[in-house]
Amino acid sequence: MIRVLLPAHLRLLAKVDGEAMVEVVGRATIAAVLDALEARYPMLRGTIRDQVTRERRPFVRFFVCQEDWSHESPDTPLPDAVASGAEALLLVGAIAGG
Amino acid sequence: MSGVRVLVGTKKGAFVLTADGKRKKWEICGPYFGGWEIYHMKGSPADPDRIYASQSSGWFGQIVQRSNDGGKTWEPVDNKFVYQGDAGTHQWYDGTPHPWEFKRVWHLEPSLSDPDTVYAGVEDAAIFRTADGGKSWQELPGLRGHGSGPRWQPGAGGMCLHTIILDPSDRERMFIAISAAGAFRTDDGGVTWRPINRGLVSNFIPEPTAEVGHCVHHVAMHRSRPGVLFMQKHWDVMRSDDAGDSWREVSGNLPTDFGFAIDVHAHEPETVFVVPIKSDSEHYPPEGKLRVFRSRTGGGEWEPLTNGLPQRDCYVNVLRDAMAVDSLDSCGVYFGTTGGQVYASADGGDSWAPIVRDLPAVLSVEVQTLA
Repeated sequence: MIRVLLPAHLRLLAKVDGEAMVEVVGRATIAAVLDALEARYPMLRGTIRDQVTRERRPFVRFFVCQEDWSHESPDTPLPDAVASGAEALLLVGAIAGG
Repeated sequence: MSGVRVLVGTKKGAFVLTADGKRKKWEICGPYFGGWEIYHMKGSPADPDRIYASQSSGWFGQIVQRSNDGGKTWEPVDNKFVYQGDAGTHQWYDGTPHPWEFKRVWHLEPSLSDPDTVYAGVEDAAIFRTADGGKSWQELPGLRGHGSGPRWQPGAGGMCLHTIILDPSDRERMFIAISAAGAFRTDDGGVTWRPINRGLVSNFIPEPTAEVGHCVHHVAMHRSRPGVLFMQKHWDVMRSDDAGDSWREVSGNLPTDFGFAIDVHAHEPETVFVVPIKSDSEHYPPEGKLRVFRSRTGGGEWEPLTNGLPQRDCYVNVLRDAMAVDSLDSCGVYFGTTGGQVYASADGGDSWAPIVRDLPAVLSVEVQTLA
């Protein structure tokens, strides 16, 4: 299982306590994790990436093993630490706004 | 026993305010969807327990929520708003072509007869419809596809379709308004649309009497006289007696004819309420006095309503969808402010009292009259 830490607003929306757990069949990538996440929690569709273009929303960023993966290709394989569930994939809402 | 349920959308969540028919003691529930902008909530006239809410965020985009129990519990429904066909371009602020991009839902208008059918007015301006209670949304592309679409331009708040009025006497007829394109009407259930802006004069646009380009802020109608429309334009309060085919100004003796909100008394079709705002560069009441103005003559002659409203040092705004009326025997009038107050009058505007004073900035107010 892959662990995903959602921003607080999305945890509330999806009614997730703590981390979301998703299973990815095949190669673990950010795109595959988001596919699995949106399949399990349909209310998250459109909140992390655009439903048509699949592009990351500008004020959401992806962190993997303490590195910013926001501009990586969503099809880049995730490190074993995330794919194995040892580390969580962090989805972070920008610290901005009022 | 009769009662009312006031649905309040704010910049940081939704609130549901309820009272019995006396409208003296209020129960405040919320915030629902705390931290999110709730541009609009509205209940179905056919099933008052069915309520829809537009929930949005600059971070996470658009959500649509639906309640089947009068706002106690909610479930997210479909939030995929995709323009039909080639989205094309409209004008950007500087006049250059700009691609149509969905940003948020400004207004949800449930059908008068079917709780599962709802119209959504969105930014960038378009109208969508669901016929399955929100499980899916489809654009009515004839509006955006009207030949004038490439000439539409955003107002300061974005290019939003903020007003949807369904004609209770003719299910094929609908009115909508867009900032800053103007008002439009369909007579065939939303397939085709035409601008209804004749008589509007907007001196801040290159052609003041143009077919489109007017910054219409809100439109209101009394259900017993669907051919009579009242409009708060950017500047000017207007009236049409022919379903929008022509308009005449009825600003009369208002201290300023700039404003956003406008509504009609539930039982007196010639009684209209507005909240004058100082100017387009100073979005607060003139002289720091929060006054609702009432006309009992369908416009032209206006009286200030001040009893219970702050008459000094008040610098809040009242936004376009933040005024509503109930249909109890003594008509209730409600409005919310950007300062977080929701005021109510149980006597048609003669006297006012705050239901609540310290909510986040109020974006919208709707009222349900409960049997």
